[in-house]
Amino acid sequence: MGNKLKSFLAMNNQASLVASLMAIVAGLAAGFLVLLASNPGQALGGFSAIIGGGFENGKSLGQVLYFATPIIMTGLSVAFASRTGLFNIGASGQFIVGAYAAIVVGVKCSFLPATWVFCLLAAMVAGALWGSIPGLLKAYFNVNEVISCIMMNYIGMYLVNYAITLTVFDSLKNQSMRVANSANMPKLGMDLLFRDGASVSSANSGIFVAILFAVVIYILLEKTKFGFELKACGFNREAARYAGINEKTSIVMSMIIAGALAGVGGALLYLAGSGKGIDVVDVLAAEGFNGIPVALLALNNPIGVIFAGLFVSYLTVGGFNMQLYSFAPQVIEIIIAIIIYFSAFALVFKGLISKGAGKK
Amino acid sequence: MDYIIEMLGITKRFPGILANDNVNLQLRAGEIHALLGENGAGKSTLMSILFGMYQPDGGVIKKNGVDVRITSPSDATRHGIGMVHQHFKLVHNFTVLQNIILGVETTKNGMLKMDDARRQVVELSKKYGLDIKPDALISDITVGMQQRTEILKMLYRENEILIFDEPTAVLIPQEINELMGIMKGLAAEGKSILFITHKLNEIKAVADRCTVLRGGKCIGTVDVESSSKESLSEMMVGRKVSLSVEKTESKPGKVIFEAKGLTVKNHVTGKNVVDNCTFTVREGEIVCIAGIDGNGQSELVQALTGLMQSDSGSMAVGGADITKVSIRDRDKYGMAHIPEDRHKHGLVLEYNLAYNLVLQSYYKKRFMQMGFLDFKSVYSYADRLIDMYDIRSGQGAKTITRSMSGGNQQKAIIAREIDRNPQFLIAVQPTRGLDVGAIEYIHKQLVLARDSGKGVLLVSLELDEVMSVSDRILVMFEGQLVADVDPQKVTYQELGLYMSGSKRDTAKGAENLGQ
Repeated sequence: MGNKLKSFLAMNNQASLVASLMAIVAGLAAGFLVLLASNPGQALGGFSAIIGGGFENGKSLGQVLYFATPIIMTGLSVAFASRTGLFNIGASGQFIVGAYAAIVVGVKCSFLPATWVFCLLAAMVAGALWGSIPGLLKAYFNVNEVISCIMMNYIGMYLVNYAITLTVFDSLKNQSMRVANSANMPKLGMDLLFRDGASVSSANSGIFVAILFAVVIYILLEKTKFGFELKACGFNREAARYAGINEKTSIVMSMIIAGALAGVGGALLYLAGSGKGIDVVDVLAAEGFNGIPVALLALNNPIGVIFAGLFVSYLTVGGFNMQLYSFAPQVIEIIIAIIIYFSAFALVFKGLISKGAGKK
Repeated sequence: MDYIIEMLGITKRFPGILANDNVNLQLRAGEIHALLGENGAGKSTLMSILFGMYQPDGGVIKKNGVDVRITSPSDATRHGIGMVHQHFKLVHNFTVLQNIILGVETTKNGMLKMDDARRQVVELSKKYGLDIKPDALISDITVGMQQRTEILKMLYRENEILIFDEPTAVLIPQEINELMGIMKGLAAEGKSILFITHKLNEIKAVADRCTVLRGGKCIGTVDVESSSKESLSEMMVGRKVSLSVEKTESKPGKVIFEAKGLTVKNHVTGKNVVDNCTFTVREGEIVCIAGIDGNGQSELVQALTGLMQSDSGSMAVGGADITKVSIRDRDKYGMAHIPEDRHKHGLVLEYNLAYNLVLQSYYKKRFMQMGFLDFKSVYSYADRLIDMYDIRSGQGAKTITRSMSGGNQQKAIIAREIDRNPQFLIAVQPTRGLDVGAIEYIHKQLVLARDSGKGVLLVSLELDEVMSVSDRILVMFEGQLVADVDPQKVTYQELGLYMSGSKRDTAKGAENLGQ
């Protein structure tokens, strides 16, 4: 290999980027093998549907943006917590609690101007509250945040289901009621820009909100005093304590912020004017868990999370198209899962690159 | 003369660094051969090559005159090379015996045959005088016994060439003596020993010959018998170093720190680990707390610095009571702390050097700009410290601290703590694991701090350091201060008696110490 490439790879950021790309390629290759195994005749067609599906037309592109929005937020939530040394597996619970808070405000408080702003604020507060509990338990009672987060996921899901039936229940659809129009995220004409003939996509300004949060989190972590403290705690809690940083506050604040991010993700999924409501079923919100591979793929870099989220969303949209090639929805889910699974090997590839660049 | 192992013209490059440059090392059968060099001189790299963990970029390894290629540690084992690493490779919830046979278990029909192994291990331990408890868990035994377990691991594998990587860094004086005896016994039985160290006393005590590395280059191999400590240290550092600390008579001023009846309880056992300690430190003096490890020194320091709450008693810096003050605010009262464990407390290893240099002061006005870190002033401050304190690293202020050598990591901490201009400096084992050059530097800095009127509290386990650096010695035994003596007047033997609890300063009584 040329020396230029070596020195390019030796730089940490580039190595991270290349590692993520390599992981994606490996994931796609593995997915293709599974396609070949399950239905050799249609494998090529199905594969090209997954690869090209997101770009098929304006509408599918719009859907990519729409589906990317919530997982960028939960990905940010997980990535942010990881940077501060915590594993936030509770994004699912924070997500659904945030979604519920947004819908309640969106249905009941439609008298407020630009209701969506208040919906987002409510979602942030609810998510933050849900995240703060594992944070407080960890900081003051040394309860492992993974366990308390998982518990909070279930409590959140059941509580929201119950609360919906009490407050904003649409008994016909067995889901939450539609929010007022003013509570939906402004479309900014994106639905008309991203469409397939008369069929419009659910694209809306939510994606910009998500990108804005990613940038804010990046600046918070890299440029501020607060981020300096949080990262110090994440890397070495003892040294942070020695340096006079209050590590208990750091843990709680970190979980509050992570919870708020996931909560906003919940709001952005349901405030799209797509007619989607929270189904009253006993299933944990998948978006919360999808945040984990998104964060892994992005190597916990907030800006990387934007692209990782778009990638995972792109696969999801492409997966819908695979049904044309008579693949069962379950197989499609498996393929997507495999691609994401392999993509999470980004760290392994990063290690290999650093090693390779280190050699003469 | 026959050599059992020869490493000839070994060269190893890492990015930006030539770790070994045409190094020769020849080990005779049955000798103890010391490998001497400062941190970063390439000792560990050379041994890692011999042990198969790295491949050299150039040079050959010969065993009994025949070229060999060693590509992995298991390869090395096959060639009869064993190594005791500085950080032991033991499974903590296994017993001593299980650790020794791990990887070379004798089995019968797939079942472990422990009886044979046990007999063999007990035989070996008797033959070489390695006292162990075969059925004790590693987590329950002393560091010294863990090390003997590591040695038995090598012997059980019938290794002929034994590498000891800084084996005394983790031991207390008695254990060091014991280890020296064991090494001599092993050599007498025909084992060949490579002994990596930077402690000259130990080389003089056991080694037959000594190869000196400096900056990756081989400076030479000498007979230990005929070389003085001074000449060895000169070879190692490349210039004359003073092995004694140069300082003038201390001129203590007013009391800068005062602890009264300080007590810390162990909340599990209910015992007082720090028991009613009363002492003072004055401006312009270095007070040293001596004692055998585990007599409450760590807890005392943690209580002083706020990392641990004291259960009773009080302390004051410059007359202001700080008993209940937070860690950060103690800094404002003029207390600085060079911690015992630089990796655990002193540094965020993933942060770069500049970040670590502002680890306690990043929030101050000079480094902030409207809530954002002012990177320009952070880096210019770091560059100034790097320059002033001669902190060496690959990429200056932007070097990730983990990649720096131990000596330079310690220099960074010292620069950071002293530059904050404290009134009262606590230094806990500041020279642990460092080489002669770095130790000289750090002692000089402590004396400089003293001469500029700061009060210094030095906690050390090394008697040499205690005797040469301090102006006053307090001895700690089982949580109590049992002596307050003048290093000019006390002998090593006397200190030893205080440290082991066989003597107490009854004339003054622990309550009146330092008053």
